[in-house]
Amino acid sequence: MTATMTEPEVSPATPSVRLARTLAVTSGKGGVGKTFFSANVAAALSRQGLRVLVLDADLGLANLDVVLNLYPKITLHDVFTGKAQLDEAILPAPGGFSVLLAGSGLVEYSRLTPEVREQLLGIIATVAPKYDVLLLDTGAGISDVVLFALSLAHEVIVVATPEPTSMTDAYATVKVLASQQGREHLHMVVNQVARAGEGRIICQQLQQVIERFVLTPSGVAPKLNFLGDIPLDSSVREAVQRRTLLMELHPGSSAAQCVVQIATRLNSRR
Amino acid sequence: MTIPEGTAVDISGLRLDLALNLLNQAGWTMPADVSPQSAEWLQALLDGLCEVSSRDALTGLANRRQFEVAISREIDRVARSGEPALLLVLDIDHFKKINDTYGHAAGDLVIQSVARTLQDCVRPMDTVARVGGEEFAIILPNCAPAFGQTVAERVRKKVENQAVALVGGQALRVTVSAGGAFAPQWVRSSAALWTERADQQLYRAKREGRNRTCLEMPVLTSVSNEEKELLFGALGQSDAFPVAEMTSGSNGAVPKTAP
Repeated sequence: MTATMTEPEVSPATPSVRLARTLAVTSGKGGVGKTFFSANVAAALSRQGLRVLVLDADLGLANLDVVLNLYPKITLHDVFTGKAQLDEAILPAPGGFSVLLAGSGLVEYSRLTPEVREQLLGIIATVAPKYDVLLLDTGAGISDVVLFALSLAHEVIVVATPEPTSMTDAYATVKVLASQQGREHLHMVVNQVARAGEGRIICQQLQQVIERFVLTPSGVAPKLNFLGDIPLDSSVREAVQRRTLLMELHPGSSAAQCVVQIATRLNSRR
Repeated sequence: MTIPEGTAVDISGLRLDLALNLLNQAGWTMPADVSPQSAEWLQALLDGLCEVSSRDALTGLANRRQFEVAISREIDRVARSGEPALLLVLDIDHFKKINDTYGHAAGDLVIQSVARTLQDCVRPMDTVARVGGEEFAIILPNCAPAFGQTVAERVRKKVENQAVALVGGQALRVTVSAGGAFAPQWVRSSAALWTERADQQLYRAKREGRNRTCLEMPVLTSVSNEEKELLFGALGQSDAFPVAEMTSGSNGAVPKTAP
């Protein structure tokens, strides 16, 4: 597998400032394993030879630190307040990728002020030339901070679970992204499935409803690109409880294999 | 583009007569107090060319080129400042009929009159442009959605009430249709997408009978019961779980839990 850089698929922002392929991970509903997915797919992408940076864009309620069991002294908070340089806040994560953690104390940034906008734009512009993939792990919900973070990404990955609440929120997220950002293509990952194949059915179901009710401003119904599903097995539970990456703890598990497959699909697109 | 310092250009070797003729024809006068062929004089010439190439020759409004520059700048500003901005696109109703009935010279007078009216009823910070034959666009920075319709209606009524004086003393009443869309506040839109959304509203205004204004309503993020029912067909358990309502504009305030 060769490392590939792709051109932006949807580019609402000025493309000249971003060189890494920027992917944002979002879910609508919280607690669907979005951050678990971000961290493990980052590890899988790094193993495929890509330089990956995961940015904790869940300002205010970040939990990438919890997933990775990393509690650095210097975080995005210190960069925002000018106490530290950006490169001091970027650290290596166990899976071979880099992370930029929000850190606690960023609750004051959970509102989208011009300052937060400037900071995020500046940070992305600075790190983009140094990585192949930039993964933005956004917060739950469709708040203005989340929508802004998503608008900075070339591609968006929507993570859902087979629960009705999660599906509704994933659907609402797709709706907003289509109507407000004109997104015609969105990646979809279904987490915590009981059996293989369940994710594809859910994705098809969402697609059907989207085709009836959702349009971009130019009159196109957005297309979901199903990347894969991840079963909720004992290996996942163990990794989450131990606060380690599934890709490190049980790389041979079926859930880990599913993550690898998703990374491969992402990597082979365009 | 940067020019190395101290670059010497022999102005006398440049052919400037065409540029001067063009400026002359456009009614641009070179400043009298600078000596011809000096650096200041050349700068004034370049300024004049920039000005003339960004203006519409018939109306003096910003032309399409200048409009593209202004809209890109506004998108950039909205993404950074979060201040809402409104784009209005306007089209003179039944313009072809005016041309066919009164002739093209009268058509030109109508375009000039509407241009003046539009320019008169906006703020200095707004950009009024002629983007096509009888088509205009107005970029209104920092315009709150609550005032959008009022602003658009004010413009429409002003045109409706301003009779155009034709040669020979005849007064002609013209109307415009207008469509409007706000730049999404926290996202970086594109000029094409924003214009497309406003255009859609203009088509709607035309369809609904002309001489009216249609503005895009803010996008609702709610999911209807019909949509929900269809969503859960795959699960076959639509009543088994309570369905959470999605609220936009919240701060994503969910309790912090390990995933």
